Amino acid sequence: MIDLGPYASFIATSYFAVALVVGLLIGWIALDYRAQKARLRTLEQSGIGRRSGRSPMDIP
Amino acid sequence: MTLLDLANPSRFLSLAARLLPWLAAITVALLVVGLYLCATAPDDYQQGATVKIMFIHVPNAWLSMFVWTIMSVASLGTLVWRHPLADVAAKAAAPIGASFTFLALVTGSLWGRPMWGTYWEWDARLTSVLILFLMYLGLIALWRAVEDPSRAARAAAVLTLVGAINIPIIKFSVDWWNTLHQPASVMRIGGSTLDRAFLIPLLAMAVAFSLLFVTLHVAAMRNEILRRRVRSLQMQQARGYASEVPAGNAPSQIAGAAS
Repeated sequence: MIDLGPYASFIATSYFAVALVVGLLIGWIALDYRAQKARLRTLEQSGIGRRSGRSPMDIP
Repeated sequence: MTLLDLANPSRFLSLAARLLPWLAAITVALLVVGLYLCATAPDDYQQGATVKIMFIHVPNAWLSMFVWTIMSVASLGTLVWRHPLADVAAKAAAPIGASFTFLALVTGSLWGRPMWGTYWEWDARLTSVLILFLMYLGLIALWRAVEDPSRAARAAAVLTLVGAINIPIIKFSVDWWNTLHQPASVMRIGGSTLDRAFLIPLLAMAVAFSLLFVTLHVAAMRNEILRRRVRSLQMQQARGYASEVPAGNAPSQIAGAAS
């Protein structure tokens, strides 16, 4: 176990804050990707196509 | 593949799909190495173990300025070259930059309380970073407030370039004014004043966080391209609907008759 001395709570809170914010950022980006793909799928099902003729779901 | 090829959003999506798994894997590996080096770094003779906060505070502080610099370059791309992905890059970077700036402020405060005896001091460095954070929030609000992406892009690009004046102020605030915040100890003329025992974990974390930014930025850009594709298709759908509805049955007339 690492000995963090008398200010262990400040150090632990700092690392926890970074983990939390980075985790939220990753989660938000992942959920946003799923949401956009779901919207594109709905549009494709309603018969809307891109001007290029390719499917809206044509995501590499 | 040239920069011009990447101007095509579909090509960018294709490249992002290939790059993202690798970027994510390398970022995780570097974070693990960086955290191990942080955990095993010795205590500082003055700061004790609180020096470990520096290993996460400094990379976040560097990235808070770096991301705005990237956004400023992207804003030039929007205003001067009208690069199709420039605004996408700037818009996608803003929430990530705001997060890094927020973390720089929080971790700095948590280091300041045991070392300076206070969480906050209105000195030039801390205040200018707080202004940077508020500017990030303002920019995100601007993008959300203007519905038309091309109009929002130009306004946001101008605001980003005006805000770029804050970056050298943050960097040199510790030299220009008498601040509680210590002067630069890594990026300075004459080399780093840090001992290798602290410099190596700090640089390892800086590289890991930089790669984390690249990974998140590419993923957020991909999302923004898809969001614009959704918007474009929804407008196409609305135009198609409007052309199908007979003139006498236009929604405004129906709404007017109902009221």
